[in-house]
Amino acid sequence: MTPTAAPASEAAASCEAVQAQPAARASAAAGGGPVVRTRNLSLTFQTADGPVYALSDIDLTVEEGDFVSLIGPSGCGKTTLLRVIADLEQPSDGDIQVNGVTPHQARLDRSYGYVFQAAALYPWRTIERNVTLPLEIMGVPQAERRERAATYLEMVNLAGFARKYPWQLSGGMQQRASIARALCFDPDLLLMDEPFGALDEIVRDHLNEQLLNLWNTTGKTVVFVTHSISEAVFLSNKIVVMSPRPGRIADVIETDFPADRDLDFRETQQFIDVAHRVRMGLRQGMADDD
Amino acid sequence: MTTDAQVAVSPDAPARGRLHARLHRAVQGRALPITVVSLTIVLLWYALAVWMNADLQIKRFERADQAWTFGELVLATWAQDRPMLPAPHQILAELNKTVFQTSIASVRSLVFHSWVTLSSTLVGFGIGTLLGVLLAVGIVHARALEKSLLPWIISSQTVPILAIAPMVVVVLGAIGLKGLIPKAVISMYLCFFPVAIGMVKGLRSPDLLQMDLMRTYSASRWQTFWMLRWPSSLPFLFASLKVAIAISLVGAIVAELPTGAQSGLGARMLAGSYYGQTIQIWSALVAASVLAAGLVGLVALGERWAHRRMGSQP
Repeated sequence: MTPTAAPASEAAASCEAVQAQPAARASAAAGGGPVVRTRNLSLTFQTADGPVYALSDIDLTVEEGDFVSLIGPSGCGKTTLLRVIADLEQPSDGDIQVNGVTPHQARLDRSYGYVFQAAALYPWRTIERNVTLPLEIMGVPQAERRERAATYLEMVNLAGFARKYPWQLSGGMQQRASIARALCFDPDLLLMDEPFGALDEIVRDHLNEQLLNLWNTTGKTVVFVTHSISEAVFLSNKIVVMSPRPGRIADVIETDFPADRDLDFRETQQFIDVAHRVRMGLRQGMADDD
Repeated sequence: MTTDAQVAVSPDAPARGRLHARLHRAVQGRALPITVVSLTIVLLWYALAVWMNADLQIKRFERADQAWTFGELVLATWAQDRPMLPAPHQILAELNKTVFQTSIASVRSLVFHSWVTLSSTLVGFGIGTLLGVLLAVGIVHARALEKSLLPWIISSQTVPILAIAPMVVVVLGAIGLKGLIPKAVISMYLCFFPVAIGMVKGLRSPDLLQMDLMRTYSASRWQTFWMLRWPSSLPFLFASLKVAIAISLVGAIVAELPTGAQSGLGARMLAGSYYGQTIQIWSALVAASVLAAGLVGLVALGERWAHRRMGSQP
């Protein structure tokens, strides 16, 4: 694809873009502003039992092309932080910018795709029409919707399942469909809230490998919530360890693993060292709590 | 990845065949119990007819100075002109006469009376459903409407319809609306309620995740309604419609009772009770229940169609 060749269709163009992205990511990480930047971000829920300090003084920077994992025990605010980035919760104090604007504006700009803990597919829509739901909302014409659905279903290895209904797919396939749905309008930022938490370990390993591959080929910025140490270490180039009550950042670990790592990489000393440091961070957080 | 995909889908086709076989067996297996229960009801009915009509029949025999055996008594209780409880075959004979042997244009035709009632039922049901859905949409989208409307909606149903019906007829009559319209209004008054209540629940049935998803796309209220709330509410809508169409019919019949209507199943029942024509009352009752069963059946068909279109699990 040369620059002179006018894009025959958006879908085809994005296919080409997929190949070109890794280089683009490297340059963007060097030059562009951060995708997410928070300063002293705090969120307190007022409940009947008194205030709950879900987030306290969070300073976090996510650069373009980063794969950032938020890891911590339940109640550490990792999901809340993700929801604040997505403008699904409002912070009570501090600053946050997404793509240089407020989360609200970023949501209106449709600058992120969100993958929930459950697939949240609409049962009355086929897989294809679930994937094209955001496109319908954004007013993309039908022909292009179908092309994009085909592209992204192919990308998550669900080609041939377009006409199936969600109940005809396994849990892992449903979650992959929901990832295709988050990708199909081509947002630069992917927010994933324990997307594989409900799946068994074999499926999860497999999807981790696919997600890493997807990240390598698309160059999206990903913020990924998990409570699995090996998942966080395997996928991320930046691991944010959080601890509860109040929800805060205990440690930030940057890694420099080879991009083409596979599941066997988890047996290497490099991996084990980082996993150990994450585990120490988590343990420290729990110790403070006692 | 394609391997687990194939495993997940390939048993589909034989499963459908098995399902058919199972359905077939279920129908066959159910035929016997249904027959037994129906026969028992018919037998009990005949016995009850003897018991209820015997007093009158014995008095008649005595007045005529006629000697009678038990067998004669039983047969006579099943053949009275104006029995307290008509026997099933008497009602069937009356139905045969008024449905099949009479021209449907005649005022003696039960088909004619059923049509009169059915037309106001359907008009009332249509308007009532629309009203119920609109109220539910308003209530779900505006908190103020919920606070202000819901108490009125609920209290509207605590007033006995028999008390309201004559007033509605008089008021509408005063502004020149007669015949079908007042009856349809009373039907509507009864049937909007289950639709409104069911749809409020249905439109609120999407879970938090499904709603959050719409929010992440910055979907408009209209898009959220049309792509999420409305399809989620359809199972609730059909459940409500089944109740609504049955009580629409009740409303139309009740509306005919206190208003001196000349035609309709309600008028037929009232006329029957004036003249002690119990067989006529009962055949009108049977016609009403056949009508109700047919209407509910139609709604159920619509429900099945919608389910299939929405790809739900068989």
